[in-house]
Amino acid sequence: MASGKRLKIALVGNPNSGKSSLFNYLTGLNQKIGNFPGVTVEKKTGACSLLDGSVVEIVDFPGIYSIYPRSLDEQIVSEVLLDHHSSATPDKIIVVADATNLKRGLLLLTQVIDIGLPTILVLNMMDLVAKAGISYDLQLLSKKLGVPVVPINARNGIGIIELKTQLAATLPVSDKTIFSIWDDAKLPVKQLRDRVGIDNDYEAYLFLEQPQSLGFLNSERKNIVDQIRSEYKFFPGKFQGAETIHRYSFIQDLLNEITLKASVDQSWKKRSRQLDLILTHKVWGYLIFFGILFLIFQAIFAWATVPMDFIDGAFANLSRYISSVLPQGPLTSLLAEGVIPGLGGIIIFVPQIAILFAFISALEESGYMARVVFLMDKMMRKFGLNGKSVVPLMSGVACAIPAIMATRTIDNWKERTITIMVTPLMSCSARLPIFTILIALIVPDQKTLGFFNLQGLALMGLYLLGFVAAMGSAWVMKLIINVKERSYLMMELPTYRIPKWSNVGFTILEKTKAFVLQAGKVIMAITIILWVLGSYGPGDRMSKAEEVVQEQTKNMRLTEEGMADRIAAYKLENSYAGIIGKAIEPAIKPLGYDWKIGIALITSFAAREVFVGTIATIYSIGSVKEDDETTIKARMKEEINPDTGGPRFTPAVGFSLLVFYTFAMQCMSTLAVVYRETHGWKWPMIQLVYMTVLAYVSALAVYQILS
Amino acid sequence: MTRLKNVSQMKPGEVGIVAGFTDDHLSVKLMEMGCLPGASVRFNFTAPFGDPVCISVSGYELSLRLDEAATISILN
Repeated sequence: MASGKRLKIALVGNPNSGKSSLFNYLTGLNQKIGNFPGVTVEKKTGACSLLDGSVVEIVDFPGIYSIYPRSLDEQIVSEVLLDHHSSATPDKIIVVADATNLKRGLLLLTQVIDIGLPTILVLNMMDLVAKAGISYDLQLLSKKLGVPVVPINARNGIGIIELKTQLAATLPVSDKTIFSIWDDAKLPVKQLRDRVGIDNDYEAYLFLEQPQSLGFLNSERKNIVDQIRSEYKFFPGKFQGAETIHRYSFIQDLLNEITLKASVDQSWKKRSRQLDLILTHKVWGYLIFFGILFLIFQAIFAWATVPMDFIDGAFANLSRYISSVLPQGPLTSLLAEGVIPGLGGIIIFVPQIAILFAFISALEESGYMARVVFLMDKMMRKFGLNGKSVVPLMSGVACAIPAIMATRTIDNWKERTITIMVTPLMSCSARLPIFTILIALIVPDQKTLGFFNLQGLALMGLYLLGFVAAMGSAWVMKLIINVKERSYLMMELPTYRIPKWSNVGFTILEKTKAFVLQAGKVIMAITIILWVLGSYGPGDRMSKAEEVVQEQTKNMRLTEEGMADRIAAYKLENSYAGIIGKAIEPAIKPLGYDWKIGIALITSFAAREVFVGTIATIYSIGSVKEDDETTIKARMKEEINPDTGGPRFTPAVGFSLLVFYTFAMQCMSTLAVVYRETHGWKWPMIQLVYMTVLAYVSALAVYQILS
Repeated sequence: MTRLKNVSQMKPGEVGIVAGFTDDHLSVKLMEMGCLPGASVRFNFTAPFGDPVCISVSGYELSLRLDEAATISILN
């Protein structure tokens, strides 16, 4: 790491303790997302300037209730805190606790203190503590725990200066031991400390209790740990319950001592309780939730089009500009027809992703998202999912990539895997251009029942179809995947709060960045490969394209543009992509497609949004602006099926294609993310196969029934 | 001998004291979340289909599935 000399400061705390607000306050815009070495858990780090001008690195960890992890996400905290001798070991640890609920927050603190790393306790939400009429003796608290205590309000930045002063000061390890390991564990712990070299008892004890969190050990040291564990019959979590009780009784005594005044006024929670009566009501609760969903979709589809059109136009202009200034040649062509449209194809999704995450993050910040999980849990469980699957499924409507990354909060492996597997069936924004053009082509622009627009209904139907397919597939997978692992809900319902808008902004930035970097790399690479496949062909057919077309069209008086379009179409037909398209024609004929559609299927295999562009080139309308739907539509309408003499795009073909694109896994970036998230090729391959089969069979059925 | 009641049998507004747990594995997690023997619980409300439920314990609101709530024995 470049910032190797900077002090590393870890930020840990309960979910909803205001940890991310504090992180945003400390680091501002100097945040970056990476991975913890060796694991795929996202690592949020940021640089923070202290008052003396020195810079420290803050690492934000997933919210946890205890050092004993409940999910993959949480495991990373113990992995890092137990490894005291790596370059990633934090120099100081900030434990953030919600001061209105000190008891629960102190559990984690006592564990971190016992691990033996220098620790600072930050008490957040001091404003609410004051409102509730609680008063603590913080000096006594600090003395009893042997760590500095800094009261803050991360919503308005009160206490940040004091915290920064503490971060700059030298910080000794607390001299207190809150939990002394059990007598039965003393011998194995001593052996372990001698043979593996571990700094303190509790750390060694956790080595025995949490074998799953020791990924950082080499196999030799890991063997020693395993050996000692089996020798002394230690099994994971053996004394965890007793330890928790022990710690809480210490905390209760401590709280009795430091509480100068207990809460007299619960009224700050009263409004939250009243809201819950409405928001989790069996009628209003669902009505409001679906109302919010409707608003989100409305925003994604209606409001996002303005910036999207702008981005589309800007990249098209840039392409044209590049090809007009640079000398002609393969490099210019790669730049103007490969790289720039590729970049545009990534950036164009940014507005939708940003809007979606604005909503999701605001709902999460307000505490409402926990209620959505609460409302949906029972229903989702019937399909092998979890209440927490709602957020990924909702995000999937914009883009499956951030959606799949959002499944990490699901602690049950089976439910998480199923959520990952079905999320790409939710119709993402990349399908929208395909839907729009095909619907415009085959569904009349008429009103039915007075006010429902048929085309709008068809579009809604496709989204519904994707959702139904997702739930259906989930249900099937629930039956197939035979893993007995208990699933939990056990989730805090935080008090409702007005979202802190700067936090919403940071989330938008973070998610958009993750998408651009994650998907961007893949989409970019694919675009270049496709450009090669579409621009080169075997033999001299490509180089002779111009002569051949000129020969063919001698008697037609074509404009220069018409000629160029015909040459482009001829080239595509004879390129590698064209050859593959022709080769797969027998396979797609039963679906009603010809080789031209085949080429579009091939080019959109890796990124479905390429479909429309390819169709435009194939039908020799390349020189027309790609977003000019009416032109593409008109040309597609004219296309004749030589077998029937009728139009190529009959309703049967159109619906077959629509259904195909609703189900097909045509997104390499999603597969790459699934690979990352499931640690292997097994699940992405299953996903690719099942979705392709589903798409093929459904499209076949649709075509055969309709034609 | 009367059997102990459990949280899943409580009515909205009812309060009780955690007496113990019937599931070792869950109890560890419940205790970490502040649901400790001797702590008072208040049953707040249920989700529309009766599951999950929301309780107040250790000064905050916790949602649990019905089968999770059934593992917490209470006295009241």
